Amino acid sequence: MLDHILSILIFFPAFAGIMGFMINKDSMRAYGTAVAVIEFALSLWLWFAFDNNVSGMQFMEHIALVPSFGINYILGVDGISLFIIIMASFFTMIGIASLSPTHSIKNMIITLLFLQMTMIGVFAALDAIIFYVFWELSLVPMLYLIGAWGGPLRIYASVKFFLYTFTGSLIMLVGMLFMAYFFYQATGVWSFAILDWYRLVLPESFQLWLFAAFFIGFAIKVPMFPFHTWLPYAHGQAPTIGSVILAAVLLKMGTYAFIRFSLPLFPDASVFFMFPIAIIAIIMIIYTAMIAYAQKDIKQVVAYSSVSHMGVIILGTFALNVEGISGSIFLMIAHGVVSGALFLLVGVIYDRRHTKLMSEFGGLAHVMPRYATIFGLMLMASVGMPLTINFVGEFLSLLGFYQQSHILTLLAGIAIVVGAIYMLTAFKKIFFGEVTNEKNKNLPDVSKRELLALIPLSIITVWLGIYPKPILDPINNSVEAVVQLMHNKATSPEAKMRIPNVSGLVITKTATKEAH
Amino acid sequence: MLSLANVSLESLNLITLAPMLIPVIGALFILVLDIIKGGLDKSLYVVISILFLALDFGALLESAGAFSKDGIMLGVFDVMLIDGLAIISQFIIVVTSMLFIPLALTNKRFHEFSYPEFFALFLFMISGFQFMVASDNLILIFVGLETASLALYTLIAMHNRDKSFEAAIKYFTMGALAAGFYSFGSMVFYALTGSIEINQIAAVLEANNYTDIGFVLIGVVMMLGSFGFKLSVVPFHTWTPDVYEGSSAAMAGYMSIVPKIAAFVVAMRLFEFLIHANIVWLEVVLYALVVITMTAANIWALVQSDVKRMLAYSSISHAGFVMAAILIGTTQSNSALFLYWILFSFTNLGAFSMLWISRQKELPGYQKTDHSFEKFSGMIKTSPMAAIVMGLFMLSLAGLPPFALFWGKIYMISSAVTSGYTVLALIMALNSAIAGYYYIKLIVFMFMKDPIESNIDNNGELYVANATTGLKTIIGFAIIGTVFAFLALDSLLEFVTAFVYNSGY
Repeated sequence: MLDHILSILIFFPAFAGIMGFMINKDSMRAYGTAVAVIEFALSLWLWFAFDNNVSGMQFMEHIALVPSFGINYILGVDGISLFIIIMASFFTMIGIASLSPTHSIKNMIITLLFLQMTMIGVFAALDAIIFYVFWELSLVPMLYLIGAWGGPLRIYASVKFFLYTFTGSLIMLVGMLFMAYFFYQATGVWSFAILDWYRLVLPESFQLWLFAAFFIGFAIKVPMFPFHTWLPYAHGQAPTIGSVILAAVLLKMGTYAFIRFSLPLFPDASVFFMFPIAIIAIIMIIYTAMIAYAQKDIKQVVAYSSVSHMGVIILGTFALNVEGISGSIFLMIAHGVVSGALFLLVGVIYDRRHTKLMSEFGGLAHVMPRYATIFGLMLMASVGMPLTINFVGEFLSLLGFYQQSHILTLLAGIAIVVGAIYMLTAFKKIFFGEVTNEKNKNLPDVSKRELLALIPLSIITVWLGIYPKPILDPINNSVEAVVQLMHNKATSPEAKMRIPNVSGLVITKTATKEAH
Repeated sequence: MLSLANVSLESLNLITLAPMLIPVIGALFILVLDIIKGGLDKSLYVVISILFLALDFGALLESAGAFSKDGIMLGVFDVMLIDGLAIISQFIIVVTSMLFIPLALTNKRFHEFSYPEFFALFLFMISGFQFMVASDNLILIFVGLETASLALYTLIAMHNRDKSFEAAIKYFTMGALAAGFYSFGSMVFYALTGSIEINQIAAVLEANNYTDIGFVLIGVVMMLGSFGFKLSVVPFHTWTPDVYEGSSAAMAGYMSIVPKIAAFVVAMRLFEFLIHANIVWLEVVLYALVVITMTAANIWALVQSDVKRMLAYSSISHAGFVMAAILIGTTQSNSALFLYWILFSFTNLGAFSMLWISRQKELPGYQKTDHSFEKFSGMIKTSPMAAIVMGLFMLSLAGLPPFALFWGKIYMISSAVTSGYTVLALIMALNSAIAGYYYIKLIVFMFMKDPIESNIDNNGELYVANATTGLKTIIGFAIIGTVFAFLALDSLLEFVTAFVYNSGY
């Protein structure tokens, strides 16, 4: 069964989703939770069976689909994708379990299960076309989630979300077709397999164009400044579960794809674009942090802070060294946990008051102490307090980029301080002071169902903040392989210099040991 | 005194005529049957038509076998030309017709299907299209084209509504103009080369080294105009939305596939050698036509308020997309054309059939046209299965993976990439993005809006009012073709590529 565990992970939720049409409406939530728990257990099993010492792909599956055009169904995980897959199944599980009552809940759960299929598919696919299939397919359930269960502007928000990402990915598709064509020219066979593409060394001029084509697709998904305008709408209008999954998993597709495609395929172009992208990332960090400060709606604050942190992830990725990339992958997980939790928390208060305006609240700490505590913890994590999960990722990302540029890293560091300002202000407005609004006087504290989602997230936040090793080690292993590949493939002298030679590092380490 | 020409029967190679003659015999059979015993039910005629088309299919398999063994066949004084293009396109024509004709088995009674002549004309039309693709003789192509078109005009008019008459007359007038262009163009080519066979024309022009380029261009312009009308290329597209609106959804879906593939094959035979002769002017004009057709039709489709008109514009845009294959002119692009059209025919069959089963006889107040967007609002709440199926076809038309059209799209864009048409590839990709909007618009109406009161009461009956088991089966075929296209893709691609390659395209 382990030979096909990835296929099972991908298609089990979809199959369960189809079967879900037969389930009675009242039992649907229990069914959805059960399926998601099984799926999560399977993903934990994947982790259990995963060999931490192997840097390459594991659990590979290979089925020829269109051999004459080089399209194959190839799956596999390494340290980079493993934890994102686990996170995707985890968030679907707690998302469904803590779902607040809504209309046509059956359709919603079926949609979520399909969404889960596409999310896991994206992170497990090792063939560009299969990757693209899941990447695009993930838009449809999300479109429906936002459009059918969202706020008053939901249709505008969902269509904007769809069209933005759809356009970007089509340009990326042209890039993929070019890449396959170059592979065909070099070897005489068509192939869309990513591992095959890794072996291809392209001249720098081609790399720049292809990098740009892929970049548009990924940057819109992340979303990077100036392509970020769809995200506040999507978050603002989406139902809680939609925002949680969007922030925790869907956005990670973009940053993951940078590491899976852009960096190893186009090392020279990555170095060429390193500073422009770093500058965009820093603009993204600072600018969205400033917008977040100006927001009146708590959900928008969380949404913009989420964009701001995505900037740090991008910065870490484009540090192009092991610390930076490992840090950015760790931060992807951290960001998923923390911003997912924050969106859940916003959902909690929205369910009670049906408003998200901060001016409506105040003094909630008196009324809802447990809620305030968890919110406070997540807020600290989001700000990047040491001993919380975000700190590890942010620290490593910035450490990585520090080796490339001191000044830019300093700027990014300042941005984190700005982050503290808006988050703490928001916290003050909502929780401190006297209860001024009559409606807030008798709000019930977090219920058991909500705690079901929030407590595991709090535990993870602290646990991985104190002891990140179980996750960081496998990530590091795989990242070292990627960086080594990039170093080997780099053609320009600058790229050779910027991208460290990992195996060289190991040798010097042992050499110093011997000298001692 | 004329001496008798002595022609041996074997040299005529009459077997090449078999696939075209079978539907003709079928049509005559239906007419005779009607004379012997009138008033028979439409289901009988539907099944008889399917049976003859099945025989036709068998004959095509025969020719396909012969082609893969012996290569290109000529017959009947060398006017028939059975090559790979002819065989693939006839497969598309016959299979699509087989899938479309059962759409006559509706729940409600429609005027035209009570006439046996409808089915006879339908079969005549198929034979016309088959002649059109299986020849490189300009006169025989013309005869096939006119046989098919005249039958088609009548079929549209038989729908018997005010708008159908308007549609038929419009189509007829435009078709007549196109026929005029065609004959003038053929005349120019005949005057230039003394031949009406496309390969002869190509050879003579090649030998003359295109000295009379001015006249060649006049001929090409005429031909472009003529095929522009048939393929509804912008700016010759104006008839398309009105004709689609006027004809029944089943007929409109049929028109979006079969006449176009026939026209594509002829266009391919005619323009390919000119493109390969490096006539820059033609390349520029074709490039412009392709881009304008794709883009303008997409933009018009954005503002439509009726789903059928939207699909009409979308089919113009798809035709423009596929026209790119003729411009690119490599084996890969020509194979992509056929692959795309096969996949497109399944998806479009589904989309138009879904419209067809929701066809009402009387329109409620909120609905201005037969298939206005409002009609579909909140469909997921009243009839979820139908909404999901319709959504599936829309996603496929938008080119979302892994549904059928996505594969056609990537293969087509890939052929542009491979031949160095990078900008064209990007334009094609961006157009898919524009197109995404109007397909999503229907999904937005179906899935995200609230249903109209009267529809809640009758439990979404409206959307399947016209459905029968037969129609549902056809939609089932379309779903299978759309969703599981990726399984058949490899063999389809190999088959198409082999046949196109072996015909020298």
